[in-house]
Amino acid sequence: MGDSQYSFSLTTFSPSGKLVQIEHALTAVGSGQTSLGIKASNGVVIATEKKLPSILVDEASVQKIQHLTPNIGTVYSGMGPDFRVLVRKSRKQAEQYLRLYKEPIPVTQLVRETATVMQEFTQSGGVRPFGVSLLVAGYDDKGPQLYQVDPSGSYFSWKASAMGKNVSNAKTFLEKRYTEDMELDDAIHTAILTLKEGFEGEISSKNIEIGKIGADKIFRVLTPAEIDDYLAEVE
Amino acid sequence: MSIFEYNGSAVVAMVGKNCFAIASDRRLGVQLQTIATDFQRISKIHDHLFIGLSGLATDVQTLYQRLVFRHKLYQLREERDMKPETFASLVSAILYEKRFGPYLCQPVIAGLGDDNKPFICTMDSIGAKELAKDFVVSGTASESLYGACEAMFKPDMEAEELFETISQALLSSVDRDCLSGWGGHVYVVTPNEIKEKILKGRMD
Repeated sequence: MGDSQYSFSLTTFSPSGKLVQIEHALTAVGSGQTSLGIKASNGVVIATEKKLPSILVDEASVQKIQHLTPNIGTVYSGMGPDFRVLVRKSRKQAEQYLRLYKEPIPVTQLVRETATVMQEFTQSGGVRPFGVSLLVAGYDDKGPQLYQVDPSGSYFSWKASAMGKNVSNAKTFLEKRYTEDMELDDAIHTAILTLKEGFEGEISSKNIEIGKIGADKIFRVLTPAEIDDYLAEVE
Repeated sequence: MSIFEYNGSAVVAMVGKNCFAIASDRRLGVQLQTIATDFQRISKIHDHLFIGLSGLATDVQTLYQRLVFRHKLYQLREERDMKPETFASLVSAILYEKRFGPYLCQPVIAGLGDDNKPFICTMDSIGAKELAKDFVVSGTASESLYGACEAMFKPDMEAEELFETISQALLSSVDRDCLSGWGGHVYVVTPNEIKEKILKGRMD
């Protein structure tokens, strides 16, 4: 790698103090499908659009919401393959923690380690930053938590957040609708309504995905039948 | 003489009612010669977690330094103290890392976990954990300690009685072992305080 033309870092500072590659990565995220998360008083919900490139794609095989541990789940906006790589790395980190301490990894620690990986790819030779922002939803001893991790490696804890194409409308909608004492089912309804705001076409259980975690500390992706029930309640 | 018997040691921990006690001898020897009579074998990791290490003294000190290092980083990262069970898993992992060139120590870990429930365990020099509900022992005097503890232990003792019991068990056991003794060092830990006492036994 030492003699290669690409052994220098692609993320070098511009004169204005920006890292242009990270800006471009954020643009990639901003043109990805909308995803959002809401932290309720007794759980967290994350949801995303699942627009497939053609009706011939088998939608049951596409899973955008993934488990990182039994009590932590994640969704993304941006490049799917980059997400897969991050999920793989995060799962490994969570398992290593469990193996060392025989205790499940706290949500903050896993988010921090994932963010560290993303930051490393902004300061190493021959690599590019990840083209995804993650929403990590978990429930541990500190209660329900929702974090957003950006390609730069910065992470924030949110009460409610959105990413992707429709981010500004979605965030405005969430700002209006969010209440501190919201319960998990209310949060799921609000999530569906927020997705509906910028949705092109008819919203159905086949083109959105919802994951939730409650006080039972088990992260679950809802089945299409369950999503249909919530959609019916929202109408 | 085995390398585990080079310096001589005795460590014991006992469970009481919402409290625990951990005690060790104070002799540091080089085979049959006594070098020091105030050697520290038990160390505090945090207010509710203690570790006593028996075996080769240099490894006792190095291992203790490594564990304190790991725990301090954990405290900074996670903004909380390590639970005793978690710490025991960490010690076990660190010992097993050196599976084919081990630290020549046998740790005794004692702490108060969630809801102030006492936790004790011991492990061998390559990290095989042994949990116990009553007492754990380690060191050159371990066989005598097993006998003394088995005879003197009662469940759910309060702090004062626990102190008496563990002190008697320690002193009578090290008297049967030429490589350990020269007094005792006892810690009795309850949810609110740590009592530290030095015992004067047969100084030989």
